Amino acid sequence: MAGTPEVASAGPLLEMRGITKRFPGVLANDNVDFDVRPGEVHALFGENGAGKSTLMHVLYGIHQPDRGTIALGGRPVRIPSPAAAIAMGIGMVHQHFMLVPTLTVAENVSLGLKSSRGPLKDLSRVAARVEELSESYGLRVHPSAKVWQLSVGERQRVEIIKALYRESRLLVLDEPTAVLTPGEVDELFAALRKMASEGCGLVFISHKIREVLGLSDRVTVLRAGRRVATVQAGEVSGEQLAEMMVGRHINREDLTASAVPGRARLSVKGLVVRGDRGTEAVRGVSLEVRAGEIVGIAGVSGNGQRELEEAIAGLRPPAQGSVLVDGAELAGRPSGAVRRAGLGYVPEERMRHGVVGEFSVAENLMLASSNDPALLRRPGFLRRRAVRARARELVAAFDVRTPSLATPVRNLSGGNIQKLIVARELAAQPKVFLVAQPTRGIDVTAARYIHERLRAEAAKGTAVLIVSEDLDEVMTVSTRVLVMYEGRVIGEADPRHTTREAIGLMMAGVVAAGAEPARGPGRELEAAADAEVV
Amino acid sequence: MSQFFTYAVITATIASAVQYAAPFLLAALGETVGQRSGVLNLGVDGIMLLSAFSCYFVALRTGSDLLGVVVGMLTGAVLGLLTAFMSVTLRAQQGISGIGVYILGLGLSDLLFVRFVGTPLPVSSLPNVSVPGLSRLPALGPMFFQQNWLVYIAFLLVPAVAFFLYRTTYGTRVLAVGENPAAADSVGISVTRTRYATVVFGCTMAGLAGSTLLLLDGIFQENLTQSAGFIAVALVYFGAWRPFGVMTGSLLYGVVTAVVLQWKSLGIIPTSAADLAATAPAVITVLALVVLAGRFKQPSSLGKAYVRGA
Ligand SMILES: Nc1ncnc2c1ncn2[C@@H]1O[C@H](COP(=O)(O)OP(=O)(O)OP(=O)(O)O)[C@@H](O)[C@H]1O
Ligand SMILES: [Mg+2]
Repeated sequence: MAGTPEVASAGPLLEMRGITKRFPGVLANDNVDFDVRPGEVHALFGENGAGKSTLMHVLYGIHQPDRGTIALGGRPVRIPSPAAAIAMGIGMVHQHFMLVPTLTVAENVSLGLKSSRGPLKDLSRVAARVEELSESYGLRVHPSAKVWQLSVGERQRVEIIKALYRESRLLVLDEPTAVLTPGEVDELFAALRKMASEGCGLVFISHKIREVLGLSDRVTVLRAGRRVATVQAGEVSGEQLAEMMVGRHINREDLTASAVPGRARLSVKGLVVRGDRGTEAVRGVSLEVRAGEIVGIAGVSGNGQRELEEAIAGLRPPAQGSVLVDGAELAGRPSGAVRRAGLGYVPEERMRHGVVGEFSVAENLMLASSNDPALLRRPGFLRRRAVRARARELVAAFDVRTPSLATPVRNLSGGNIQKLIVARELAAQPKVFLVAQPTRGIDVTAARYIHERLRAEAAKGTAVLIVSEDLDEVMTVSTRVLVMYEGRVIGEADPRHTTREAIGLMMAGVVAAGAEPARGPGRELEAAADAEVV
Repeated sequence: MSQFFTYAVITATIASAVQYAAPFLLAALGETVGQRSGVLNLGVDGIMLLSAFSCYFVALRTGSDLLGVVVGMLTGAVLGLLTAFMSVTLRAQQGISGIGVYILGLGLSDLLFVRFVGTPLPVSSLPNVSVPGLSRLPALGPMFFQQNWLVYIAFLLVPAVAFFLYRTTYGTRVLAVGENPAAADSVGISVTRTRYATVVFGCTMAGLAGSTLLLLDGIFQENLTQSAGFIAVALVYFGAWRPFGVMTGSLLYGVVTAVVLQWKSLGIIPTSAADLAATAPAVITVLALVVLAGRFKQPSSLGKAYVRGA
C-alpha cells in the first residue's frame, strides 16, 4: 500500500499477545493480539472507547496490562514505564500533545536525554540534528522557536521529530491528523512513509477511513475492547471497515440537499473582534444564515474562527459590527442574553467549556435550563424528579450511551459527551444553532448521528452555523461553505459543486478566479462522502 | 534634616537592607525552585522556625555557628522529605498540607525551646567578613562587601539558581515537570523524583534562611520569623518565578525594612506609630503583588498533583 515496500519475510517487530486491561467498571482491552512488522504501517480502528489508546498506553508503559505478553524483535519484554519504552526504541505521538509550551523546539526534542556536555545543555548540537531531520523528512520547524508560538501543525511536526531524534524503531501515532489541515496531513504522511521505507514500524490511529485506507498496510479493528479482525488494507472497502467497527450494517450518509432556505435568522455585519493578544482576529466579517440552511465555515485553525464564534455566542465583545438573531441586536450582549434570544452554542473545547466534568449526566443536561419553570418548585429550587425525567428523555432521544444518569460526565467517551451537549442545546429549541468542531475526535457512527441531528434541526427551520477544520465534514453536512482566512471570509462555495482541492486552496489563502469553480466529474465529492460515512 | 541623607546614613541603611534581605532571599529562592517544578509549599515559615531552633540549640551547646547552620539545614531537609511525601506521594492538597507544616513548626519550635532551653541565652552573633579588595571600594564596599558569610551565600545563590534552571539539562527537566508533567513523564523523566529533589532543596534553603535569621538575632524566641516564610512565598510571585526577580523583591523588602528601622531610631516615626510602620514592608510587598498580578504566568501545574494516565 501507499508506496511502502513490502518487507516480506521479516519477523514481527512487535508482538502483543492476549492483552487484557481492566479499569474500574470497564474492560478496556479484552485478550487483544496485535503485531507490527518492520516497514509496515498498521492502523488501529474502532469506535470511541474501543480501547485503542489503552492498548498503546500498555505498549508505552503508561498502563500495566492485567494479562498478556509483549515481545519486541522476538524477545519477551516488560515495560514498566515510558522511560523503559523509550529505551527499547518505542516512540509515541500522543492524542494530546506532549510538549512543554514554554520551552523551545530543541529543548523539547532533547528533553530527558543525556547531553554531550554533561549537565549543561547542548542546544546547538541538538538544533543542528533537528535541522537535519527536518530537512530529510520534509518537516519544517525552527529549533529555537518556543513551542507556544507554533501552530498545531507545527507542534505535530515537533512530536514526530522528537521520535525521529530518539531513533525510535516503532512509532505509535494516536490520532495525529485530528487537528491538521489537508495539506499538513499530506506532509505528515510523506514523512511517515519515508520512515516506514527505512524499516521503522508504525502504528496509526485515526477515525478517518480515508486516511486509514490510504496510509496503512494492515488494519486491526477493535470493538468494545476486543479485536474483531486484522485485514490487509488493500482488501477491504471503507464500508466493510465501518461495519466491522460497529458490528452491523450501516447506511450511507445521504447528501440530499435540504429544503429551500427561508428568511435570514442570523446576520452578522462588519464584525471586528480582537484576539487574546489584542490584535484584530476577525477583520470585518459579514455573513447570513437563513432558516433551513447549514452554513459551514472552513479554514485552517487560527484564522479568526474561534473569535468569530465567541463573538456571536456573546463570550467575547466585538470591537465593531453587529450580530442579529431574528432581527434583534446582540453584539456585545452577555452570553445569557444571547442564549435567551435564541442562540444555541456547542463550543470547541467540550470538556473545558461545554460540560462540568464532575457533574452527573442529569445535572449537565439541565445546566442550560436551570430557570425553566417546569423544572423548578420555587425559584432557585429544583424538582429532582422532573430533572431526571427530562434527562432520561434526552438521553434516549439523542442516544447518549451512559451507564446511568448519575454517572459523572467526565467518564463518558468524547462522542457521548458531544451528543449530550447537542441534546442539551437543542432541548432549548434555538433559532440559531452554532456548533464548533461538531465531530472532532468522534467516531464515524457518533459523527454521523450528530450530522443527522443537525440536518433535522435545519429542516425544522433553524439556522445552523458550523465551524470546522475538517474539510470532509464541512463538505458533507453544509449547504453552503464559507472559507475564513486571516480574519476574513475570502470565499464562498456550494459543496455539491466544488472540489476539496478548490476549498483547500482557499483555506491556504489562494482565491480561485470566481470562488465557485464549475462542477467537475464529482469524483472528489464521492471521495469526501466515502471518507465521512461509507 | 539633611542628616538622613548623609553618606554614612545611606551606606549604613543599604548595608542593613542587604542583610535584612538575605533570609527572605534564601527562603524565596528555594521556594522558587519548588514552585518551578509545580509544588506549592506554604510550610516555609514553619520550617524556618524549627530550623532556627535547631540551629540555636546546636550553636548554644557547641558554640559553633557553622555546626548550627548545618543542623538547621538538615532540619529543613527532613521537613522537606515530609512535605514532599505529603504533596507528591500522598497527593495531598498542597495549600492545606503546607499550613499543617507551618503549625507544626510554630508549635514544636516553641515547645522544644521551653522544654530544652527555657531561659533565653544569646549565641555569638555573626561576624562580618570583608571581601579583600572589594570591601575598600568607596560606597559599594561598606554596602555590599562587609557583610557576614550567610549574606554572601544568599546573593551568590541567585546566579547559581538561574544558571541551574536555564542552562543545565536538570533545570530544563524541572521546568518541564512544572509546566507539563505528563510530557516530562512521556519522555522518561520521573516527576516524583524531580519534585522530591526540588522540594527537599527548597526546604533546605528554608532551613538555611531560618538559621540565618536566628544568627542575625543571636537569640531564639517564640515565632521568631514573624511570618517571614509567608513573605518569602509572596516574593516568589513578586519575582515572577525568576531568581533575579525574586532578588529584586527581597532587596526592596530589605530596603523598606531598613528605612523604617532607621527612621524609627532617628525619631522620625513616633513610637506610637512604630507598630504600624513595622507592617510597611509587608504592605508594600502586597501592593506590589497586586499591581504585578497576572503579568506573568505561573508554572502551569503549580499546586496540582500528577497522576500518570489520568
Ligand atoms: N485511566 C482510565 N481510567 C478509567 N477508565 C479509562 C481510563 N482510560 C480509558 N478508560 C476507559 O477505557 C475505555 C477505552 O478507552 P480508550 O481511551 O482506550 O478508547 P479509544 O479507543 O482510544 O477511544 P477514542 O477514539 O475516543 O480515543 C473507555 O471506556 C474509557 O472510558
Ligand atoms: Mg484514544
